[in-house]
Amino acid sequence: MTGAAEAPLLEARDLSKHYRVGRQVLRAVDGVSLAVRAGETLGLVGESGCGKSTLGRCLLRLAEPSGGTVAFEGTDITRMSERALRRMRPRMQMVFQDSYAALNPRRRIGDLVAEPLRVHPGPDGRRGRDGIAARLAELVRLVGLPETALQRYPHEFSGGQRQRINIARALALSPALVVADEPVSALDVSIQAQIVNLFMDLQARLGLTYVFIAHDLSVVRQIATRVAVMYLGAVVELGGADAVLHAPAHPYTAALISAVPEPVVGAASRRTLLTGDVPSPIAPPPGCRFHTRCPVVQARCRTEPPVLRDVGGGQQAACHFPLG
Amino acid sequence: MGSEAPLLEVRDLTIALPAGRGGWTRIVEGVSFSIGAGEILGLVGESGSGKSMTALALMGLIDAPGARITGSARYRGQELIGLDRRRMRALRGAEIAMIFQDPMTAMTPVHTIGWQIDEQIRAHRRLSRAGARARTVQLLSEMGVPDPERAAGRYPHQLSGGLRQRAMIAMALSCDPSLLIADEPTTALDVTVQAQILDLLRRLRRDHGSAVLLITHDMGVVAETCDRTMVLYAGTVAERGPTAALFARPAHPYTAGLLDSIPPLRGARPARLPQIAGAPPNPAERPDGCPFQPRCAFGHDACGVRPALVACGAPGDGQAVACVLPSEGRPLPARLA
Amino acid sequence: MISAFARRLGQTVTVLFGISVLVFLVFFATPGSDPTARIAGRNASPETMAAVRHEYGFDRPLPVQYVRMMGRLFVTRDLASFVDHGELVVPEVIDAAPVTLSLVAGAAVIWIVASVAMGTVAAALRGTLVDRGLMMLGLVGISMPVFWLGEVANLVTQSRYHQTWLFSWVPGLGYAPLTQGPVAWFTHLAIPWCVLAVLFIGIYGRVLRADLVSAYGEDFMRTARAKGLSETRVLLRHGLRTSLITFVSLFGLDFAQLVGGGALLTEVVFGLQGVGRLTYQGLINLDLPLIMATVMYSAVFVVLANAVVDLVYLLLDPRVRDGL
Repeated sequence: MTGAAEAPLLEARDLSKHYRVGRQVLRAVDGVSLAVRAGETLGLVGESGCGKSTLGRCLLRLAEPSGGTVAFEGTDITRMSERALRRMRPRMQMVFQDSYAALNPRRRIGDLVAEPLRVHPGPDGRRGRDGIAARLAELVRLVGLPETALQRYPHEFSGGQRQRINIARALALSPALVVADEPVSALDVSIQAQIVNLFMDLQARLGLTYVFIAHDLSVVRQIATRVAVMYLGAVVELGGADAVLHAPAHPYTAALISAVPEPVVGAASRRTLLTGDVPSPIAPPPGCRFHTRCPVVQARCRTEPPVLRDVGGGQQAACHFPLG
Repeated sequence: MGSEAPLLEVRDLTIALPAGRGGWTRIVEGVSFSIGAGEILGLVGESGSGKSMTALALMGLIDAPGARITGSARYRGQELIGLDRRRMRALRGAEIAMIFQDPMTAMTPVHTIGWQIDEQIRAHRRLSRAGARARTVQLLSEMGVPDPERAAGRYPHQLSGGLRQRAMIAMALSCDPSLLIADEPTTALDVTVQAQILDLLRRLRRDHGSAVLLITHDMGVVAETCDRTMVLYAGTVAERGPTAALFARPAHPYTAGLLDSIPPLRGARPARLPQIAGAPPNPAERPDGCPFQPRCAFGHDACGVRPALVACGAPGDGQAVACVLPSEGRPLPARLA
Repeated sequence: MISAFARRLGQTVTVLFGISVLVFLVFFATPGSDPTARIAGRNASPETMAAVRHEYGFDRPLPVQYVRMMGRLFVTRDLASFVDHGELVVPEVIDAAPVTLSLVAGAAVIWIVASVAMGTVAAALRGTLVDRGLMMLGLVGISMPVFWLGEVANLVTQSRYHQTWLFSWVPGLGYAPLTQGPVAWFTHLAIPWCVLAVLFIGIYGRVLRADLVSAYGEDFMRTARAKGLSETRVLLRHGLRTSLITFVSLFGLDFAQLVGGGALLTEVVFGLQGVGRLTYQGLINLDLPLIMATVMYSAVFVVLANAVVDLVYLLLDPRVRDGL
């Protein structure tokens, strides 16, 4: 901390990922710039097909970006060789939605969690057998499982327990950054709270930085310090979680929040219903991408694409007519 | 409703599957409830709570080999459990219709949606092909499908998730059923589309007079849609009652825990979410007593016996709970709304 | 739809060209062996060798050789067999083709009808004795060798019971062209049809049953039942209609390979002078021009049959039409 603004842990500039679909181009991620500061949780929200999962993968270069850069701890990882990237891998890990698919069903939990420890040497050289065993015991305790879990197979666990195992594996190499892609959406409500609490406890204890991808706004509000709202491959609003969710500047964010069914009787009456579905990312609408569904659309929105700009309070929105 | 007989009255519904060596695993145990005409009843529970099985049993659609279904389900006085196939078929789709979670997989991929809706109409009504199609187009238009003539000629994969679910609902409503069973109808949809579909379901009662049995895991969906709510846990009814009462004064620790564990969208952000420990039991390993006892913060000796459903809350509003706490004189506190 | 059709046709032409080049190269440009000697046959005189070399242009570059060979196969059709005293091979293939086509097409009709009936009935009555009996029968059909079954059929219909009312209509072995009247054509082929079809009834019946039974687990089948349709309609209009897609692709492959000479054993047993038998003779005599002609002929059929299957696919599955 040298007075100057602290450099972000992760910074994406103009990041894009395009896929070819026949003769057309699907712009899954289209020119996204954002920064994640050390120790914070950036919530990435949006509806299916908005590109949030693809963006998550590109941030770790698990998918090769089509354009733009990602800097991790100040180093550009998009142009890095495979070898150099492998040396960075322990610092950045991922947790996926489908806790079962992410675990090889024929291997014991102990083997699965130990794998990264065997592949990557620790800070003081290669770990011995005892070193690995001790670390395994520490990891399962950390995620709230009994040590006996190490001897068992993935199918013997419930969804919530399996997600704990995935988290343990992601934490094995003491990463600085964890990208979690919908880690609680496949879980039952009573289990969701357990895993959200676990993520928050681990952050407090280990000083982790998260990119937390989710479609559930209330979960994101609980865990995130800042929120990026995506629509059709682009970030339409970015800012502090409380600011964005309580005083949204982009009409899409506002509609998204108002659509969430709250467990409060009578809440549905004060709702702005969006019409229609999300357009195809193969042929996004011209001008503002949201103009086809926007309740406050104006002529300018149909032709001129808005750029992300400050709207005050550290909040940015890509809208010509931000909500007051 | 008063003394009027309910549209559907389910008594002591139990569904058991053979579990090898002559044993049985009870998926649903002694579930009782009723739905009045034009009423929306929410059936809430987590995976494995038996909510979908209950719905399939009402439709006579459980085809697991050797499944044993006991109890009674009277629809307009007619017993559905054990009803012969022919008469069940005449009811299905005409009197009682069902919509499913994923409209992509729930519609036959090789027929147009118009064909599939026509098919259902013609299965129950004496109508010409053209007559059926006219009704199909009208239904699609009522469900808010833009350009319904063209949409009727499209295949399921050519429509968006929201339009597919609208088509699915149009199909379910095609023969003006008195009861619509909706099994997680919005779970596969995005929130903005979910809001549209829920809005549509609420309008059904007004426009079609259909009663809806809405099955969901989402307390938010229940709160804004259902008149009454029934919470299932591990195949049994944990609590039921008018939605407003149940959300304001949940009497079962499971209901209360479920409501508490949802992160709030407004107001103060809790440092930690209140959570329910553990996970729901396997159907084969349910405890003898209260099935929630192993996870319950209030568990004590009296919970070793399976509690009966007893009335609680304001007298006469029909709230009932399968928990010993109210009768022990220490009900749960009301929630702050 | 039209463009998909045109695209498929273009592919077919390209594939045919590729195959012809490949076959030509294998036969005439294999290093270390002189194609002249192979065409002229064993113990050919030096004069014959010289004549062959000149006629086929083996002293000219490969592309010229290829063009000449294709010209003789398809345009002038005067490719002659030296082993068989100058017999023209193309007319031989053209004479044999209708025999094989009649045999395979008739058998195909029988096996489609029988296997669809068998698979559908077994699936509708799955788990019952009828189901198990039919599947057992299918297995028996698959395990009976076609030459053995053919000989048994001959034994029964030609000698042992030929005098009884049941088989007195069966003519002697051989083929009667359709031009001699449909009745003769039919009676000559009826027994070979059945014999050839038995194996495929077994395979297709079992495959279809398995497909239909797994279709019962699909959501759309449950929807169809929830609509109040009869079980028969659910099975036929929803289950069978969807399962036919795999059935058709299997059929295209089998039909093509049979027409391309795969019905050899049946042809031999029933004294039918078809393509399979012709290829067999060519192989025994090392009659290179004849082999070349039959191989090209089968290739044409396999490729055409595949193109037809793909077109049927387009009709059966709307998802394929949209290129999904």
